[in-house]
Amino acid sequence: MNVAVDFKNVDIVFGADTTGSLAMLDKGATRAEILEKTGNVLGCAGANLTVNEGEISVLMGLSGSGKSTLLRAVNRLNIVSRGQVMVKDGDKMVDVVSCDEPTLRRLRQHQVAMVFQQFGLLPWRTVEENVGLGLELAGMPEAERKLKVGKQLDLVNLTPWAKKYAHELSGGMQQRVGLARAFATEAPILLMDEPFSALDPLIRTKLQDELLQLQKTLKKTIIFVSHDLEEALKIGNTITIMEGGRIVQSGPPEDIVLRPANDYVRDFIANVNPLSVLTAWNVMRDRRDLEDAGEGWLWLDRRKTTRFKIDAQGLVVAAERNGQPAVWVSVDDIEKSSDEASHVFWAKPGTSLKLVMLAMHRSQTSPVALFDDQSRFVGAIGIRDVLSAVLRR
Amino acid sequence: MDPVSNLLAAYKIPIGLWGKAFFTFLTDNFNAIFRGFSNGLNLLLDGLVDGLLLLPPVAVVALIAALAWYLQRSRALAIGVALGLLFIINQGLWKQTVETLVLVVAAAAASMAIGVPLGIWAAHKPKVYRIMLPVLDLMQTLPTFVYLIPVLTLFGLGNAPGLIVTIIFVIPTAVRLTHLGVVSVPTAIIEAGQAFGATKRQLLWKVELPAALPTIMAGLTQCIMLSLSMVVFAALIGAGGLGTEINRALGSRKIDLGLEAGLAIVVLAIVLDRMTRIGVGGKK
Repeated sequence: MNVAVDFKNVDIVFGADTTGSLAMLDKGATRAEILEKTGNVLGCAGANLTVNEGEISVLMGLSGSGKSTLLRAVNRLNIVSRGQVMVKDGDKMVDVVSCDEPTLRRLRQHQVAMVFQQFGLLPWRTVEENVGLGLELAGMPEAERKLKVGKQLDLVNLTPWAKKYAHELSGGMQQRVGLARAFATEAPILLMDEPFSALDPLIRTKLQDELLQLQKTLKKTIIFVSHDLEEALKIGNTITIMEGGRIVQSGPPEDIVLRPANDYVRDFIANVNPLSVLTAWNVMRDRRDLEDAGEGWLWLDRRKTTRFKIDAQGLVVAAERNGQPAVWVSVDDIEKSSDEASHVFWAKPGTSLKLVMLAMHRSQTSPVALFDDQSRFVGAIGIRDVLSAVLRR
Repeated sequence: MDPVSNLLAAYKIPIGLWGKAFFTFLTDNFNAIFRGFSNGLNLLLDGLVDGLLLLPPVAVVALIAALAWYLQRSRALAIGVALGLLFIINQGLWKQTVETLVLVVAAAAASMAIGVPLGIWAAHKPKVYRIMLPVLDLMQTLPTFVYLIPVLTLFGLGNAPGLIVTIIFVIPTAVRLTHLGVVSVPTAIIEAGQAFGATKRQLLWKVELPAALPTIMAGLTQCIMLSLSMVVFAALIGAGGLGTEINRALGSRKIDLGLEAGLAIVVLAIVLDRMTRIGVGGKK
């Protein structure tokens, strides 16, 4: 996969003279100590993060954790004190920290677009004039601009509002304008600084859905700042958790939920519903960890109610439940099957934990088997695996 | 007196003498330049006044009323402007009013032309503003009579020195309000401009100035009002117009003449104020 943005040892200190602060930072001084000694504010320290093309990478943390600070380093709205921020520019990578002004302007006009929390719309301009801002600044002739703006307005369903002023629109509508403005420049990288935080919950959910829908076709690289974990889990391919200016954990959503790196992350995820993140793969026991039942048979559960006979290719050739022969049925067919005890359900690694639990419920708590794409047996989920995942024990 | 005060009084710092020497130096060496400038300016202002007086007064009133309608799209305002100016004709003060109008509009225009760029510069460079601030304070608080004298010696009598003292008094307001307008542009929209790759010039013309426009326009209105408040002082050094009438009324204790000329200034003030309120009221 291609790298779109690469943060390398990024330190950001706000203040006039940062050399003293950086020296203190190297000696392991905390943010509070640096503030007291030098009056400088440590925004972000030692940040390393790679964002791949086409992914949605979410920066998470409480306010003051440095998530916005790091995001704004990508288009140099914040000045990086030390380190590099490499941004993809066509077929090469450019260091935003050290590049000259014309290069920076080109990146801002064509490579990196931004969506703001408070929308950042110009109140004396109409919706279409706002959407065309980036193109206008890049010097695109008016006729060409109009055409592109029209297309963008269509994309976010704003065409009937084109001639309105920003303040005549609701918050949700205004942020749609913000999105359209960012999309209009066709920049492959999109920075979103808590774009939906100022909106009410229903509109927020709606815009999240719209963003995911658009992302399916546009395939942008999105760096998204949020303080809402539900939002992060919903839209992020990768989640990076920040605390006090430092990255404490970075990984796929289920990693964060299943293996929190420290108490800060644990607090964060305390109120998250694990069912909305976890998949069968996250909770299963690998087939090598299952108990042997002799003659090629494997017990699927610890209670020894259900066993499979596996052949040399890893395919299931026979199943038994409570000593009786059984059939194995895909969880996808769960609505068609009757509540018979002789069913053993199987799922794919990507199946949601929710569906696995429904299958257990239907089959009187029998274990659920996991097959890969070639129908080979890879592992099983027993009731205890589900319970421990949900309770995070 | 106590010894310390005695000592202090014994060695007076000759600020007044230095100032006098400075102005004497200017008059001795650059008299021709100052007088030339003054004569040119007088010619221009007098030409404008004479030009306006060539037209029938009613036609000028109609023109100004039409301008009021064009600027504010308000029929009521146009009618009000016309009625006010007709009242001035009725009072027999048309010539003086035209003289004052030219002076005031010229002073406000010149103050904005100098003050707005200075205000933008100050807004972008806080250090510049810190140096500018005491100078602005000085210009606004130094009693007008104090700088009437050097202006008189440098530029002589007439409309030009009147214009110059008015500008000295009015420029600080143009600078301050422009500065205020530009520094209070919300960071969010400045960053939006930067994030989409605006150059410094684009940022100024497409983001900062439009956002600051209501405040800058309020500055224009203020400049006009302050210029009007200076007409009496300007008249003391030979600028014509309604100020001269008021000074004459004061000298000869003519209550009636004072009242008439005073009302004419009030009418002019209201007319100009209402006409220049762009961006503050209804229109966007």
